[in-house]
Amino acid sequence: MQADGDMRKRAEDALRKSAAYGEDFNLDEYGVGAAEVPYTEKLTELAEEDQRTLLNVGFTPGEENRSGSLIMIDNAIAHTSLHNSDVVELMSLRDAMKVHGWVRDYVWKLVKPDADKYTAMSYLQEANGYFIRAPAGKKSKMPVQTCLLIGSKDVSQTVHNLIIVEEGAELEVITGCSTKHGIEKGLHLGISEMYIKKGATLNFTMIHNWADQIGVRPRTVVHVEEGGKYISNYVTLKPVRSIQSYPTVVLEGKGAFTRLNTIAVAHAGSELDLGSRVIFNAEDTSAELISRTITTGGISIARGEMIGNANGAKGHLECHGLVLSDGGTQRAIPILEANVEDIELSHEAAVGRIAREQIEYLMARGLTEEDAVGMIVRGFLDVGIQGIPDELKADIDATIAKIGENAI
Amino acid sequence: MLEINNLTVEVGGRRVLKGVNLGVDVGYTNVLFGPNGAGKSVLLMTLMGFSGYNVVGGEIIFKGEDITRLSVSQRAQMGMGIMTQRPPNLSGVKLHDLLKVIAKDPKETEELAESIDMVRFFDRDVNVGFSGGEIKRSELLQLSAQNPDLLLLDEPESGVDLASIELLGKTINTLLNRDCKCPGEKCKHGKSALVITHTGQVLDYVETDRAFILCNGTVVCSGNPREMLNEIKEQGYEECIKCKLMEI
Repeated sequence: MQADGDMRKRAEDALRKSAAYGEDFNLDEYGVGAAEVPYTEKLTELAEEDQRTLLNVGFTPGEENRSGSLIMIDNAIAHTSLHNSDVVELMSLRDAMKVHGWVRDYVWKLVKPDADKYTAMSYLQEANGYFIRAPAGKKSKMPVQTCLLIGSKDVSQTVHNLIIVEEGAELEVITGCSTKHGIEKGLHLGISEMYIKKGATLNFTMIHNWADQIGVRPRTVVHVEEGGKYISNYVTLKPVRSIQSYPTVVLEGKGAFTRLNTIAVAHAGSELDLGSRVIFNAEDTSAELISRTITTGGISIARGEMIGNANGAKGHLECHGLVLSDGGTQRAIPILEANVEDIELSHEAAVGRIAREQIEYLMARGLTEEDAVGMIVRGFLDVGIQGIPDELKADIDATIAKIGENAI
Repeated sequence: MLEINNLTVEVGGRRVLKGVNLGVDVGYTNVLFGPNGAGKSVLLMTLMGFSGYNVVGGEIIFKGEDITRLSVSQRAQMGMGIMTQRPPNLSGVKLHDLLKVIAKDPKETEELAESIDMVRFFDRDVNVGFSGGEIKRSELLQLSAQNPDLLLLDEPESGVDLASIELLGKTINTLLNRDCKCPGEKCKHGKSALVITHTGQVLDYVETDRAFILCNGTVVCSGNPREMLNEIKEQGYEECIKCKLMEI
């Protein structure tokens, strides 16, 4: 995190460097998020409104069935608790750098500080975030939950997360991203670097629940070694001004596998530019990229990219986009690249409205048109995400029901 | 139960049904015969209210009410149910989830699913990757869950292997006779059906009451189902058309 002179100079130069995609936010419009916030010991003592905010992004304040919890508000850690320190280590990245000297070898190694103005800003602010490590061979039965919350008006939040799943370990992480009640405008800049070592598995679910005028610029790179597995679920169903992300998974070891599921709803006024990129650098690696997006009036861009650099690589890319309103846009941009001979990469992309025939089939079974659309939408978005709390499920159902009503 | 008066229907700007008159009484199972392209499926789809089937004349009376302009949902909620020939794939919609929503008697639905070997399809997406016979069994299971008063069955035996036709036919028969102890009771509040059949195979398992022959978008004849089927098998539909022409 200590910016060395050369890199610091490059990052400073990159502060005006626009990202390749998405709306170009002016960083000067936003104040710097608070570096200190009141620490909360017991999450169940939070105001009911705040608990609801947490629940709606899959974070349970009661911490039932969770092996650890961490909350970040603006740029400060507001809560950390760990119930099972044998199977998982959880603390702020800043603390981790103090505890383990080697953490420096993992920081800013996958994401480049001068990639664009957002990474540069995060680098120069020496952003804090969560550090989660599953020690070799340890298999956590319950997920670690984290929440990244914007708690003040008109600020930019910078976050830097590091996850390391050591050899043969298994880890599940649920991260919720949200704003405190009443916060409308803000910017979330999030750096995530994840290392999945030999034979390890990381199951990572990220749920977004922002507000109308929030800009979101996550920058994520995942490194998977031999036989490792990285499963990601990326969920954003609520209104937001703009999310632009293009996480990259590099399959570096033989037989490594990744599945990236994206489910998103672009409401009127929202721009979602959500990509996934997989680079197959080792033999017999495989990947599945599944994107299910809906527009109810906003712009949805689903980018999917697979670059095959090693023999025996197999990948399939599926981008399906539903248009449920006249004002919306669906754009699917699949890219396949083969750089060696023995490669099998494929894609299917489809955008359009729900077939009338499907709606009427369900209506003929006695469902109302709203319920029929709701059922089809729910099915469309169902990519089999496990372990989300009932409250979030209910919230997702309510969102879908509303989409069903408005689609008619 | 159902009364169709002078029904004229256009599909894609082409007039397919030309003044169809036909009825189904309470507790009756009527059959619709006719050559390919006669408009049999169009009639059933129109009765259910599917879009693309444009009623340009006549009326459909169901349970004494003119339903010609009602939505598909309203007709289903009034007690109409359909088994189409080629239902759409519903990706992501699990059969079990759909059954839970439509089942009037969940226990009975589970039992039927058990007996027609559909339990193993509960977690599958509706119709996705189903074989011809599996689609029919799934449709029957859904219809049974829905428990309509009038069943519209479009060639229930098509795409089904010979061994499975018996199971299918018997299941339809059970469905039609549910809740009735005797024929007398059936005529008062039993199920009614309008069944399209090409081969007539389903008649071996389902008691039918009256048959109609549809040619070129009109009903040209009606009578006893067995006798009519035998006649059609021997003479084809040519004779029916000639006969109708002579009437005129």
